Amino acid sequence: VISSVLHATRPLHTTQQCSAPLPPLPEKGGEVRHGLIPEEFFQFLYPKTGVTGPYMLGTGLLLYLLSKEIYVINHETVAAACILTVIIYGVKKFGPAVAEFADKLNEEKVGKVLAVKNEAIKDLETAIELEKKEQWRVEGRNYLFDAKRNNVAMLLEANYRERLLMVYNEVKKRLDYQVAMQNLKRQKEQDHMIEWVEKNVIRSITPQQQKDSVAKCILDLKALSKSAQAAV
Amino acid sequence: GPLSERRLMDVRLGELPAWLATRDISPQGLLGGVQKAWSSYYDKYINVKRGGPAGISLLLAGYCLLSYGWNYQHISKSSFLASV
Repeated sequence: VISSVLHATRPLHTTQQCSAPLPPLPEKGGEVRHGLIPEEFFQFLYPKTGVTGPYMLGTGLLLYLLSKEIYVINHETVAAACILTVIIYGVKKFGPAVAEFADKLNEEKVGKVLAVKNEAIKDLETAIELEKKEQWRVEGRNYLFDAKRNNVAMLLEANYRERLLMVYNEVKKRLDYQVAMQNLKRQKEQDHMIEWVEKNVIRSITPQQQKDSVAKCILDLKALSKSAQAAV
Repeated sequence: GPLSERRLMDVRLGELPAWLATRDISPQGLLGGVQKAWSSYYDKYINVKRGGPAGISLLLAGYCLLSYGWNYQHISKSSFLASV
């Protein structure tokens, strides 16, 4: 909480924007001895006093504080000793387990985010593949247009021929009509002529001629019957 | 480098007053100093992948020392010691 509050008041976007990836977090923090004193202090004293220097300094300081009563021993000291014992015992016993748990949580978080990133990368790659395929398809559009052109030409041709046929049929119908008309006229003229001739012939046959022709027919029939009887 | 640009750890003991004189004492300057100190401590001990006890133990130790220093006057009075 403290870190977030203090960080919130820090001015943002002060340096140039750079798109390089963030440097990864350091693996381990600064080295500390006995959980309290940074290693730098020991290194600082090492050239002058060797390895035991800081410990001698610590002991001397402690004895000075106690003897001068700058550090007073009272009930709080006992309480602090008990609390420290409990804390150190707890940390030593449960420290690694808690650290593993926290690491696992971290791993899961990082894994999820990485999965999202990989997902996104895969999706983009498939998109690139599809795009390349589309570009390849574009090369084939010549064939597509040729086929379409052929289709259209065929349609036009079919339509043209259909109409040609229609025109032919119509013209034929008209010509047939004319021919039929002429035939009919000729037929009618013929019939009428025949009828007229027949009528006139019949009109011209006088009753006397009729009688004569009937008698001649009877005579002919008799002769014929005789020849027929003879033939049989 | 020049005195005003060096960090506290790189300043020699004799140059300490001169170095202090070059520091920015205004409220913004102090706040900036505090922020820098905190962010350097944070980046060194807390903002790591596998931290240890150092992160909070240093803070707690500092708090203990500071509160002891503030309450020294009250603690050093022997009047309440006699009541034990």
